Amino acid sequence: MNAIAPAGRSLAPFETRLAGLHDSQRKAAAGDLARVGLPGPRIEAWHYTNLRALSAHSFTEPDARFDEQAAHAALEALFPKGSALEKLPRLVLVNGHLAAGLSASAASLPAGVSCLSFASSPEFGTLAAPQRDPLVALNTALASDGVRLSVASGVNAGQIVLVSLALSSSGTVSFHPRHSVALGAEASLTLIEIAAGDDVSDPYFHNPVLTCSVAEKAHFEHVKLQREAGDAIHLATVYADIASHATYESFVLGLGAALARHEVHAGLSGTHAAVHVNGAQLLGDAQVGDITSVIMHGAPDCISRQTVRNVLTDRARAVFQGKVLVERVAQKTDGYQMNQALLLSPGAEIDAKPELEIYADDVRCSHGATVGALDEEQLFYLRSRGIADAHARRILVEAFLIEVTELVQNEAARDFLDGELARALVKRVTTGENLS
Amino acid sequence: MPAVTETREQVEKLGQSSYKWGFETDIEMDFAPKGLNEDTIRLISARKEEPEWLLDWRLAAFRAWQTMTEPTWAKVTYPPIDYQDAHYYAAPKKKPGPKSLEEVDPELLRTYEKLGIPLHEQALLVGVEVPEGEEARLPVAVDAVFDSVSVATTFRKTLSEAGVIFCPISEAVRDHPDLVRKYLGSVVPAGDNFYAALNAAVFTDGSFVFVPKGVRCPMELSTYFRINARNTGQFERTLIIVEDGASVSYLEGCTAPMRDENQLHAAVVELVAMEDAAIKYSTVQNWYPGDENGLGGIYNFVTKRGACRGARAKISWTQVETGSAITWKYPSCILQGEGSVGEFYSVAVTNNHQQADTGTKMIHIGRNTRSTIIAKTISAGQSDSTYRGLVRMMPKASGARNFTQCDSLLIGDRCGAHTVPYIENRNMSARIEHEATTSKISEDQMFYCRQRGLSEEDAVGLIVNGFCKDVLRELPMEFAVEAQKLLQISLEGSVG
Repeated sequence: MNAIAPAGRSLAPFETRLAGLHDSQRKAAAGDLARVGLPGPRIEAWHYTNLRALSAHSFTEPDARFDEQAAHAALEALFPKGSALEKLPRLVLVNGHLAAGLSASAASLPAGVSCLSFASSPEFGTLAAPQRDPLVALNTALASDGVRLSVASGVNAGQIVLVSLALSSSGTVSFHPRHSVALGAEASLTLIEIAAGDDVSDPYFHNPVLTCSVAEKAHFEHVKLQREAGDAIHLATVYADIASHATYESFVLGLGAALARHEVHAGLSGTHAAVHVNGAQLLGDAQVGDITSVIMHGAPDCISRQTVRNVLTDRARAVFQGKVLVERVAQKTDGYQMNQALLLSPGAEIDAKPELEIYADDVRCSHGATVGALDEEQLFYLRSRGIADAHARRILVEAFLIEVTELVQNEAARDFLDGELARALVKRVTTGENLS
Repeated sequence: MPAVTETREQVEKLGQSSYKWGFETDIEMDFAPKGLNEDTIRLISARKEEPEWLLDWRLAAFRAWQTMTEPTWAKVTYPPIDYQDAHYYAAPKKKPGPKSLEEVDPELLRTYEKLGIPLHEQALLVGVEVPEGEEARLPVAVDAVFDSVSVATTFRKTLSEAGVIFCPISEAVRDHPDLVRKYLGSVVPAGDNFYAALNAAVFTDGSFVFVPKGVRCPMELSTYFRINARNTGQFERTLIIVEDGASVSYLEGCTAPMRDENQLHAAVVELVAMEDAAIKYSTVQNWYPGDENGLGGIYNFVTKRGACRGARAKISWTQVETGSAITWKYPSCILQGEGSVGEFYSVAVTNNHQQADTGTKMIHIGRNTRSTIIAKTISAGQSDSTYRGLVRMMPKASGARNFTQCDSLLIGDRCGAHTVPYIENRNMSARIEHEATTSKISEDQMFYCRQRGLSEEDAVGLIVNGFCKDVLRELPMEFAVEAQKLLQISLEGSVG
């Protein structure tokens, strides 16, 4: 490595892989990364989410081969027979590699939808900002596979499921898939993205980047479930460019991983475009979950909506950072953001930073934030009707979270999330700890 | 909408003539040579005849400052400051105390006159002896800071009868060394941040207030701040200690003469409130904001912090910030005592090329502590205004509450208004509520006012005053009037 140490965290966990790069774009990204290092707590964007856990390991590239039986079992557990998502076309990555045998064939995708693997035709696109975002630079340097979906103009592509499975591999691995979605004018697509790694006992690091370009009058709904293994690190970045009259609706439900961040950069670049960046997290143990978003209003008459809710038990910590940036040209912007958190145990913590940066005067922008415990009166009401404490708590927490999952438009995706949530509630929400 | 275009034009027309208090007093000054080093600090300390411990404290702060870098996280930009290119000490020439106003430098009196300080108060300000009876008629005690040295303090006697100490801090160092030594730097440590460390090293004067147990301060205390000499940064240090069950209301008002060169102002204010004590600290800040091209103006980098040490203590900050080219200021409350209360009410107005990054920090440590934040931001011209605030609930802050409301009003499409709240909760029974809005003056509101016969100007004035009402009503009566005047001057053209 260079004699000059970067200001941020050491790149040692990836050192050998970064040293062996050939492609000029990858080398440039590695150079960007080497200059700043992995972000430390003094970097404003990472003030609340500490990447210390990354430094504890050395991450190797996972083997392309995997245990097919385990993969099938994991998929069956995710999509049991008769479940809403079982019949939908599915693209499966195992440890960051696209598994053709588990994925829908090109022929079985709806007409007008094309899917390439990143491995066979690597293309980084222009939406990502590896110079600014170190984890995207890391992805750019090390990306080996991913899916490149495109939907032709005017085509309603229905729903496609993108699964990223982590299966036990040798040692601590990291995978950096690079996905892209491009919707032509007036096209529509619902992408249901699932990151799962239930049975993996070794720590692993999943660092996906997804770039979405949504052309005029197109409609892209992006629903994500993050259910990584308990010791996993999941740091995802999404970039979306939304053209005139187009919409990008995104939702993330965060349940898993020891350390997770879902970061969205959504740019409204055409008039009358709309973006929804919603999310919920239900965390326990010592989990850290971060939802970060930057919504850039770059054109007049656009709408942005954001609702994020966190429920925290044990010593879990959630972070919400939401920035709404309104450029000078973006007159008549309508922006609203709400983030709320419930703390269910004395050791839990929430850190929130809802931020408005506004340069246009004819705008309506507002945000709200509330943090608190379960309402004792509501609890008392349920208890007085004979409902056991743990059950009563679960009812209240579920009601709190379902108000956000209701924002998911696609019914199959919503039912799927609600099912996942119900299971997580049983695990996370038990009898409350006494305040005093 | 034509009405808005009109407003915008008028805001643009707003020139430097609107800075009513831009004048400069030409009186002889006693300068320290330009530059900052240990000798400068020794000189300041020697001039002020300070004890050894204070000099050591200053030198330690200076050494800490040398290792620090200027904070860059605030949303303000300015050319690099050459800290060696300024005088760190300036005092009006010492003369034996005047016997009557005739003996006082007439320039000084004219300055006060322009500031609107009544004649009999002027006499007190310059230290002329005043017949007994006159004191009682004046509702406000003034400690005037004319550049770096408190020229005089009024009402000492009335206050001392109540047991209240109100004097320049340099005098307090001499007369009440134990109190100063005990509390100085106990809320804002010497090495707290870059500007606080600089202040600790070179502060020349400021106010000291001590209200003993159970005393309700019989009058509002007030300091007029003036930056006056060319190239003298001002480094005030204010220390207010209020003992158990006592209370005080302190007013700080600022005006500064107009000039081209940027002036650095790095004040530190420390408040200590013990059990059941209450401190109300109100500021009207109207330093010179620079001209319409963004030339000149004061750099206002202030550290203000209050500690509610005892149970049920209360600290309330109210500020009306209309001046300064750059404002960097976060009056904070450390809510340590059980059930203690912190409040922050702020109106920040920026126009032309002004930049303000201001807000508060509420650190909830004790149980059942409460805080309220109301911040109103008005941006016009090509200015940038940021609310930056922190609410932190520590693990022991059970039952703590915070309510925050930040509203921004944009006038014109070349300004910016930003809101950056940090919300940190580590106690499950603590509740935080935060809301923020950004808007312009709505067409409906304008239409409603106009169709009732109000002029464009009056309508904007009415709406802006309504926008700020929640904060202005927290100001003491005397200040509320001044604050409204300042709002109007700052937004002249759009407010009428």
